Amino acid sequence: MKKYTYTETNDTRSGFGAGLLEAGKRNKNVVAMCADLIGSLKMDAFKNEFPERFFQTGIAEANMIGMAGGLATAGKIPFTGTFANFSTARVLDQVRQTVAYSNKNVKICASHAGLTLGEDGATHQTMEDISMMKNLPNMVVINPCDYNQTKAATLAIMEYEGPVYLRFGRPKVPIFTPADQEFKIGEALMLNEGADVSIFATGHMVWKAIEAGEILAEKGIDAEIINIHTIKPLDVDAVLKSAAKTGCVVSAEEHLRNGGLGDNIAQILALNNPLPMEMVAVDDQFGESGTPDQLMTKYGLDTKDIVAAAERAVARK
Amino acid sequence: MADIKQLQDFATQVRRDILRMVHAVSSGHPGGSLGATDFVTALYQEIMEHNASNFNMEADGEDAFFLSNGHISPMWYSVLARSGYFNVSELATFRKLNSRLQGHPTTAEGLEGIRMASGSLGQGLSVAIGVALAKKLDGDSHLVYTLHGDGELDEGQVWEAALYAGAKKVDNLIATVDYNKQQIDGSVEHVMDLGDLGAKWKAFGWHVMEMQGNDMADIIKVMAEAKAATGKGVPIVILMHTEMGAGVDFMEGTHKWHGQAPSDEQLATALEQLPETLGDY
Repeated sequence: MKKYTYTETNDTRSGFGAGLLEAGKRNKNVVAMCADLIGSLKMDAFKNEFPERFFQTGIAEANMIGMAGGLATAGKIPFTGTFANFSTARVLDQVRQTVAYSNKNVKICASHAGLTLGEDGATHQTMEDISMMKNLPNMVVINPCDYNQTKAATLAIMEYEGPVYLRFGRPKVPIFTPADQEFKIGEALMLNEGADVSIFATGHMVWKAIEAGEILAEKGIDAEIINIHTIKPLDVDAVLKSAAKTGCVVSAEEHLRNGGLGDNIAQILALNNPLPMEMVAVDDQFGESGTPDQLMTKYGLDTKDIVAAAERAVARK
Repeated sequence: MADIKQLQDFATQVRRDILRMVHAVSSGHPGGSLGATDFVTALYQEIMEHNASNFNMEADGEDAFFLSNGHISPMWYSVLARSGYFNVSELATFRKLNSRLQGHPTTAEGLEGIRMASGSLGQGLSVAIGVALAKKLDGDSHLVYTLHGDGELDEGQVWEAALYAGAKKVDNLIATVDYNKQQIDGSVEHVMDLGDLGAKWKAFGWHVMEMQGNDMADIIKVMAEAKAATGKGVPIVILMHTEMGAGVDFMEGTHKWHGQAPSDEQLATALEQLPETLGDY
């Protein structure tokens, strides 16, 4: 098992904030807008540096998405910022018609995704957002794993022409990817080559997959670990190549099982190379209040859950 | 100085197009289309600075129009085609398979003149504000125009957008409400009474004007006043009084023709009231 270490932790939303500021410096067409959550989204730096290119929309997400569609029509590159639930479920039809169907160059940037939002509870903890966004034609869906990767992803989506959903989160998590990484949309990242089981993880679950890989190695299971930062378009070749090599698969995501990354991997396997597969995801239910760690444990998204899933998958070969 | 007769003739041809397009596929929305014909004719033929022959999605250096109530698409398609955006013969493909003239307007088919899909209601004002803000950033003094149904004002997003434009002084924007007082299930008063509509917009920080939307001379006069009122820190809304179905006697003033196509006989009767002026497609 390749060794991964870290010296710092930070939240992925701060990676977004840093990336947004840099994007603003690189391209004068970058504009940003926020529905009264500037601090939570870490958009202060952009707002302070480029006040004329920043739009406070108030708590009116539907209007924010519509305005973003208009700004994009006129050649700007709008980045919208609010919590993931209010970036998706709250405005699904606006995103569908004004962004996805109209194929506008809007970047929907969504923080506090998943259970790790924590104490605010189920009203704010979306675990359905990936499902909604990936089902919209034209929409790219990205879920990076740490601060550095989120910053790199923010810069990459500025360069990409078209609608993007960028999902990130609230808690501080280990920073283990390089600061100078090049982010290639749609290209899965090999973190550890292995022979016994393929673990495809996204977002906050990537670090947990690395931890699981170390435990599995001690148990004599050689896990291949792949970071799926882009859920759509999914790197189908990487999935099939790894699955063919190891013969069984685990998916890991901070999302409902219905409609998540695992669904897509299962679809690819079923159509091309049916193999044993286990999914680490949340059952068909809403979350609740608690600390992020407590919630990840209660809802089955811990390192030990990935280990157990890998062992089940290997046993089914 | 606008040639009122010429504009009226253009509008008459657009009305013929609407009826023939809707009749041909036995579907579409003639009522609102006929009511808004004079206004959109005036916009494209007289009021807006725009470039029909070289369509520019970004609307750099030109005025832009957004149709928020996308269901009155046959009217818009006819005005666009007859203004030079695309060939008039393409009107015959309306609502048919593989057409660029979808039931509701879309950018997905690359139809010149369309900058945003509309159909799901209540979204166009937000879009127009976005374009207006981009024009301010770019130092482009051209204006953004919109059209909304009165029934569409039931949608909450319209008022989110109205609040934004008033609070943030989006003053390069002229919104128009097609105030025909009819919607699908009946009169606006019956379905969802809008009450004192002018007072509502005023309370949101808008400069409110009124216009007779089936009177070409009044349209030209009020739109000139509206243009003159831009750039003063206040967005402008025009309550445009129209008759749904205007121009065809048996369609006027009732919600029944909102989404109903005429029969062969009804089409013939209607076309007799609208003599061909520019040549049918």
